Amino acid sequence: MSGGSFFARDRSWQPPALTPQYRTSVARSPSRALLAMPQTLSETTGPVFAPDTVRPEDADLIHNYAAEGQSAVGPRIIVYGRVMDETGRGVPNALLEVWQANAGGRYRHKKEGYIAALDPNFGGCGRCMTDADGNYEFRTIQPGVYPWLNRANDWRPAHIHFSIFGEAFAQRLITQMYFEGDPMIRLCPIVQGVPHEEGIDSLTAALDMTRTIPMDARAYKFDMVLRGRRQTMFENRVEGA
Amino acid sequence: MAQKLDYFKESPSQTAGPYVHIGCLPNMCEIGGVYDDDLGATMLSDATKGERITITGTTYDGTGTALKDAMVEIWQADADGIYPGGRDPRGPGDPNFPGWGRKVGDYTTGEWTFETIKPGAVPFPDGRMQAPHITFWVVARGINVGLQTRMYFPEDDTAADPILSRIEHQNRVPTLIAEKTGEGQYRFDISLQGDGETIFFDF
Repeated sequence: MSGGSFFARDRSWQPPALTPQYRTSVARSPSRALLAMPQTLSETTGPVFAPDTVRPEDADLIHNYAAEGQSAVGPRIIVYGRVMDETGRGVPNALLEVWQANAGGRYRHKKEGYIAALDPNFGGCGRCMTDADGNYEFRTIQPGVYPWLNRANDWRPAHIHFSIFGEAFAQRLITQMYFEGDPMIRLCPIVQGVPHEEGIDSLTAALDMTRTIPMDARAYKFDMVLRGRRQTMFENRVEGA
Repeated sequence: MAQKLDYFKESPSQTAGPYVHIGCLPNMCEIGGVYDDDLGATMLSDATKGERITITGTTYDGTGTALKDAMVEIWQADADGIYPGGRDPRGPGDPNFPGWGRKVGDYTTGEWTFETIKPGAVPFPDGRMQAPHITFWVVARGINVGLQTRMYFPEDDTAADPILSRIEHQNRVPTLIAEKTGEGQYRFDISLQGDGETIFFDF
């Protein structure tokens, strides 16, 4: 593994800190410019998770909180994909943690007040690690849309939250996966903070009938891209040389 | 027209939202029985080398209100200044120290506390030593892209640090230096906006 530095994050591609239509960002966005600095080992290294950090059953949200013999309510889906970097290389041993609302759009959280019912067999958390080529897969139920206090009548599209650890802290990322064809995507002030339509498309999972398990679960493909790393011989120069 | 560059674009970040606990620390938000432990909850064991320290802080928004739904992660070197886990080219580091921790603010006060060790110094790319520091990463509802900063220690010589000395607005540097509140005890508040806004980096 090279110790090279990572490509600069393209801030014009990422959502800006201040997106006033997403009201909470107004008081939580830094008003001063981020300070660009050279990467050091503090950024080009990162936590390493042993493969036995996660168990296979962690990746099955349909059952990982359910009572014996029970399963979560909702449309059964497989979510699979590949974690790669900006050069297209698969990222092995990436830790993915996911969380989501249940099929009715309700989170299992004490600060959550939506009237939709809790599902006693659904916790809403799962995790897995990518294989040697960067591939991952988990099983869950399709989450529901839900209203939230933002503007007077805002609803979140169906989504799954992803937290991703690549091979360095510089790649640390949290994002959300949306579902192809959901009409709520273009109405969502959080999604619309992403400045480019192609960026929104890249967060929208594609229905994949080929990977669907007949009479069991449909499949959605969701690839993710982390920052790429320099591999050039001119990278490790002494400053000023 | 010229040749095409074959790069992919980084996935756009999206807010962690108010329920980040469910995915990252389910046991502390009463989703028990799925995972044995919450990752990052404990950084120390008896075998960890180094001076034990406690870092307590609160994240504030631009109105001065404490964030009660923020998640904070730290990444730091071991007592000898090596990043553990095997990715530091200088050595494997302390096998009894993960270097990484994760906390969420208290639901009522927003305060979080890390129990860790004081990191050793880590070199800058040109070989000069940086002052000991801990990387902080903050995500929450209302934060579209995770915010990265560093905490330095008040007892260390930070004037010659290769990063701190480069900062144009030296009057903002104190936002990166923790306050010592007792033996091995530090306070490091993070301010997202306004007067006293913490310096956030784009590494």
